[in-house]
Amino acid sequence: MLEIRGLAASIGDKLILRGIDLNVPDGEVHAIMGPNGSGKSTLGYVLSGRDDFTVTGGSVLYNGLDLLDMAPEARAAAGVFLAFQAPIELPGVNNANFLRTALNAIRRAHGESELDAVQFLKLARAETKRLAMPDDMLKRNVNVGFSGGEKKRNEVLQMALLRPSLAILDETDSGLDIDALKIVADGVNALRSPTFSALVITHHQRLLDHLVPNRVHVLAGGRIIRSGGPELARELEKSGYAGVLAEAA
Amino acid sequence: MSTTTEALDTINSGYKWGFETDIEMDLAPKGLNEDIIRLISARKEEPEWMLEGRLKAFSQWQKMAEPVWARVDHPPIDYQDLHYYAAPKKKPGPKSLDEVDPELLKMYEKLGIPLKERAILAGVEADPDERPQIAVDAVFDSVSVATTFRESLAKVGVIFCPISEAVRDHPDLVRQYLGTVVPVADNYFSALNAAVFTDGSFCYIPKGVRCPMELSTYFRINARNTGQFERTLIIAEAGAHVSYLEGCTAPQRDENQLHAAVVELIAMDDATIKYSTVQNWYPGDENGRGGIYNFVTKRGACRGARSKISWTQVETGSAITWKYPSCVLIGEDSVGEFYSVAVTTHHQQADTGTKMIHIGKGSRSTIVSKGISAGKSNNTYRGLVRMLPSATGARNHTQCDSLLIGDQCGAHTVPYIESRNPSAKVEHEATTSKIDEEKLFYCRQRGLSEEDAVNLIVNGFCKEVLKELPMEFAVEAQKLLAVSLEGSVG
Amino acid sequence: MSIVQQTGAAGFLACFETLKDALPGDPVVREKAAAAFRLLGLPGGTSARRSEAWKYTSLRPVAETAFMTPVVSGFDVDLSASTASFSRFAENPVFGPLPRPDRDPMVALNTMLAEDGAILRVPAGVDAGIVRIDSHGNGSHALHPRHAVHLGPGATLVLLEIATGTGGYLHNAVTEIAIGAGAHLTHIRLQDESRDAFHFATIYADVAEGGTYDGFSLVLGGRIARTEIHVGLTGKNAVAHMNGAQLLTGTQHADFSSIVRHAAPNCTSRQTVKNVLNGRSRGVFQGRIEVARDAQKTDGYQMNQALLLSPDAEIDSKPELEIFADDVKCSHGATVGELDAEQLFYLRSRGVPENEARAMLVRAFLTEALDLVTNDAIRSMLGEKIDLWWERQAA
Repeated sequence: MLEIRGLAASIGDKLILRGIDLNVPDGEVHAIMGPNGSGKSTLGYVLSGRDDFTVTGGSVLYNGLDLLDMAPEARAAAGVFLAFQAPIELPGVNNANFLRTALNAIRRAHGESELDAVQFLKLARAETKRLAMPDDMLKRNVNVGFSGGEKKRNEVLQMALLRPSLAILDETDSGLDIDALKIVADGVNALRSPTFSALVITHHQRLLDHLVPNRVHVLAGGRIIRSGGPELARELEKSGYAGVLAEAA
Repeated sequence: MSTTTEALDTINSGYKWGFETDIEMDLAPKGLNEDIIRLISARKEEPEWMLEGRLKAFSQWQKMAEPVWARVDHPPIDYQDLHYYAAPKKKPGPKSLDEVDPELLKMYEKLGIPLKERAILAGVEADPDERPQIAVDAVFDSVSVATTFRESLAKVGVIFCPISEAVRDHPDLVRQYLGTVVPVADNYFSALNAAVFTDGSFCYIPKGVRCPMELSTYFRINARNTGQFERTLIIAEAGAHVSYLEGCTAPQRDENQLHAAVVELIAMDDATIKYSTVQNWYPGDENGRGGIYNFVTKRGACRGARSKISWTQVETGSAITWKYPSCVLIGEDSVGEFYSVAVTTHHQQADTGTKMIHIGKGSRSTIVSKGISAGKSNNTYRGLVRMLPSATGARNHTQCDSLLIGDQCGAHTVPYIESRNPSAKVEHEATTSKIDEEKLFYCRQRGLSEEDAVNLIVNGFCKEVLKELPMEFAVEAQKLLAVSLEGSVG
Repeated sequence: MSIVQQTGAAGFLACFETLKDALPGDPVVREKAAAAFRLLGLPGGTSARRSEAWKYTSLRPVAETAFMTPVVSGFDVDLSASTASFSRFAENPVFGPLPRPDRDPMVALNTMLAEDGAILRVPAGVDAGIVRIDSHGNGSHALHPRHAVHLGPGATLVLLEIATGTGGYLHNAVTEIAIGAGAHLTHIRLQDESRDAFHFATIYADVAEGGTYDGFSLVLGGRIARTEIHVGLTGKNAVAHMNGAQLLTGTQHADFSSIVRHAAPNCTSRQTVKNVLNGRSRGVFQGRIEVARDAQKTDGYQMNQALLLSPDAEIDSKPELEIFADDVKCSHGATVGELDAEQLFYLRSRGVPENEARAMLVRAFLTEALDLVTNDAIRSMLGEKIDLWWERQAA
């Protein structure tokens, strides 16, 4: 699914990713953990094509495509989805209209027919219901006046509708209560299949209880300093990053 | 015959008018003409190039007209009915503070000048062991009367002296920079100032030097029918830092007096100039009689990369204030700031604000203006933010708030926003309201008098600006606000 | 009959001298207007300094053009969806009290040369539906229509004005509006003139107690254009909305200037004006909220925002508060910038192609100003115009 080789990226003069190597095979969920400022969010942005970051080295192959060469919308059309840590507010843009535009753009890219407003609303309502979201969420402007939890749920709704093959969840669990956490986890689990993979950036074991990862990686100082199975996350939860960092140093 | 008269006679024997000379003052005769300009230049012992500049400015000024765009209203000014030169006569200094004019001392106190400094300013011989923190230049009417701490400043290479002295002692620096930020023909009053300016401060902070103490100038218009035209020039070389304070007062007079100053600041790479003003010129009485016409041009040029010029002003005085301390942001990533509190009461008129001209890439500016109108006064914020095509990534944020006390005053906001670069971002917000009744009631319910409650709320309203002032000034400025608004409530 | 003018203010004055005996209405008003126009001139038409009201807009190109003054009305009135009574200025030439030819040069010009216009009246308590006025400019014609709208107490009207044309003509309209107590006028304007034309619309509205003026102008056309709106809130609890959107490209110059005068207590004014500027275009916004001494409990708010889509576009914005009453709540805000990079990335990361994402954000940017248009048919007509404009930019 995803092969990252020696990925280095900077913002301005500041080097943030210093050579990331990471393989995410088809159908697997990998967790990325690590202290603040280690480059976790940057990894998500670089994979989804945000141009504030300059890729200074390395390569990213996604289902055989050179991901770094593609525009953000082309990556989305190819199935890359980033759930933003701080979802962006779009005043004046209606949520339903936003989702339909995005979905139809992706369908177009796949040579599928576009959905009209009625078809789309039927689909969207089914998803909002499944995610226990109020219907009026579709009528409101994108993320405007949403609570922190609502914004995160809106990200999961988008993911459910756009059905990506690679989901990158950037701390989607932070600021969520237990019920909302379960909704997020269920949303990801519902997509799980041999052709779906996920990178889950998180600080907490909680989400990983619901969303058992195949592998756990620790990112620090722009590099992956340790990888392991699900037990690594539990170990970090118990004893923090200090031990791992000392070991790596 | 006074020395002044003799001086004039030597320049032009055909000059017939007599002199008003009383015990304390030497006054040039009223009126403005080339002879008066020659007199000023001669009294200042200026080099020829300086006189030439003045005469050129004078002829320029004669071709110009008074600006009319500001929201201020006054009877025509008779520029021939003013004295353009007035100097206190040298007298033996008083031996202690008790011998000093108590009103003068009160004024110093209001300005927050520390006691020891007050003594030095008043000419009391200071104990050389005591080291106050602020170096002070005092300008009375047309001349600088005392500049303190010049020796300790000179040790680190800082020049701080009256500008008339700088013209003589540092002519190359003055010639290099004077009039480069505010050109002679910039406006009517700057041209007038260039022709007749008499004194003011000159500061030069050499490369990499952080000025070891606050520099301060204290301006006072003392003589009747006298115009004050001071000129200040501050240059901060690469990496230099300086904080400069000015205070202004004038005694009560029934007639209006003219003050038309020009201040120029120049900041090179990584230099910072912080310029703070507490302006408390006589505002006129409650019927609008008398008071200073304060027509001032202040402008700073951020010439160097990452240079910074910060203006802070607390304007409580003057019958009319016409003043727009501005920044020309030329250097990349240079920073301009304007923090202002303007209080008007009775019949005062203030038209004040700033201009932020963004030329350099990544230049940033912040404008915070707080206007308080009371009585029958009018208080106008007028500001320009201009983003030139070269100002890629530039930023401005402006916040203008006006507070009205009483229903006979006016509060006006006139911002101009001009942008020619899409990546530049400008944000402007303005509000006008009266003092919140609920807040007032809350304070009074807790036992504050209405006046104290208003002061408390006004101080809160101005906090963002007052916190930019050096500590001693901030405390005095707060008191000044309270004094200015006395009797405005109820 | 038509008259080919010489250029400049002198040309218009000469034209007036030739036509004046044939022009309808009070000749004294005409002569006074001519005297004022002689004094005021075309702003920027000579080297004289422009007044503050015309700081950002020079009419030099107008002054350099030789127009032709035809004897045609130049507009059609569609009353099929309205019960308003209609008459023509040509037949009923009354100059009302609101316009200020003594102060406003283009109004002086209009007052001097106006030949025709639509006069609409709605009696008390009547909902008169929708009136549509279409104007058509042509060639190098100079048109100075003089419109008037009178709403009796409690009356309601939607007035839709659409200005189009071909050529380098001058369209210089003055509209006088009197809104009675509790009456409601919705005034939607689409300025879609030829890109070579000069368009000036000066609107004076007076709103009596409890009345409402809802105005929205979509400005797309014209080489040099100015929309100037004066609203006087003269009765208690009166309300005004003065929204606008200007979408400009090429070397277009459009000026949106407004003055709302709160002259009575408890009135509310709201204004949202948006400029979207492409190419080498220049947008101007000037908006003043005036609050008179007696207008206590005034609630005034104004927002103007500009999007610069090109490095050569320019915005000049001057929002102004002039306040003489103390118990007021007045504020304004202004922002200038380009499309938000984060928002753009968010949309693209969801698969929306860049151009479509930009279009969505531009539409969203305009939404707040357009929200005043509640009639679905009119709203979608304006929406289509905006989409069309965007498609032309993208092409």
